[in-house]
Amino acid sequence: MVSTANIWTTIAVLCVGTVAIKASGPVSLGGRQLPQRATHVIALVAPAVLASLVAYETFANGSDGITVDARVVGLAAAAIALTLRVPIAFVVILAAAATALARAL
Amino acid sequence: MSEPGPPQSSIRDGVRAGMPFAFASFALSVSFGVVAQPLIGTWPTIVMSVIVFAGAAQAASLSVLAAGGAVPAAVIAGLLVNARFLPMGFASGPAFRGRKLKRAVDGQAIVDASWAVSSRGDGTFDRGLLIGGTIPQYIAWQLGTIIGVFGGSLLSHPDRLGLDAIFPAFYLALLFHEIRRGEALGVALAAVAITLVLLPVAPAGVPVVVASLTALWGLRRGW
Repeated sequence: MVSTANIWTTIAVLCVGTVAIKASGPVSLGGRQLPQRATHVIALVAPAVLASLVAYETFANGSDGITVDARVVGLAAAAIALTLRVPIAFVVILAAAATALARAL
Repeated sequence: MSEPGPPQSSIRDGVRAGMPFAFASFALSVSFGVVAQPLIGTWPTIVMSVIVFAGAAQAASLSVLAAGGAVPAAVIAGLLVNARFLPMGFASGPAFRGRKLKRAVDGQAIVDASWAVSSRGDGTFDRGLLIGGTIPQYIAWQLGTIIGVFGGSLLSHPDRLGLDAIFPAFYLALLFHEIRRGEALGVALAAVAITLVLLPVAPAGVPVVVASLTALWGLRRGW
């Protein structure tokens, strides 16, 4: 259990920050545009962060270090489903099912 | 001022378009509720979903806290995950109408699926689809969190259901979408490599922060 003060502080700051991030484009853009070099970098932030999170959520074990466990099976199932253009709702369910199956075996 | 281009969809059209994504939101938020409740408690889990409403960021902050990370690291991890809403907000910004406060409030509807479905493909966005599409996802997100929070305690071993694979799978699904849109594959692979190298040695959350710097590769592209 994490300390209560830390939990609420994290939630509050994350909320304010997220609201500000989401509001900034709609509020500030009256047809204005960012410099092209900036948009090139910004456009790559999402793939960089998402790819990192895929690795982080698949291999992190809660302390330090890398763990290879049944989550890898789930991720592989998700990858196959995505290349077959399976809808996202089924992709996440398939990933969970594949992981559960791998743990049961 | 008359609006060029196709007519705006209604909010109702958007709600209809958002329904399929609501199922994915539901599955994700159930797993979030199940995983988060033992770590941060019932009310913080529910309130977090209500006021943050960003699954990837909630999970990222949570995993940093759970790993013993400090508050700034947890917040930075979550905000980094949400940093993608900045370019998404700027891209769709011109579609928002009304006074600044209204645009700020409407902008809170920016989530991955609604944003993607509202893109007309010509650089313009359909405000009705963007805002309406988020409504069923928001409702599903809250329902799923509550069910996960209260139902999770019935599960003695939630890992047996493979719920911990839902988040990486969802990130991968979003990543697939990003990579199709550009030359982002190299950056994604570099980010994975950096994450795996740093995971055993860096404090919680830091690998994601450092990996995000691979986006600076974009500076090499044309002016």
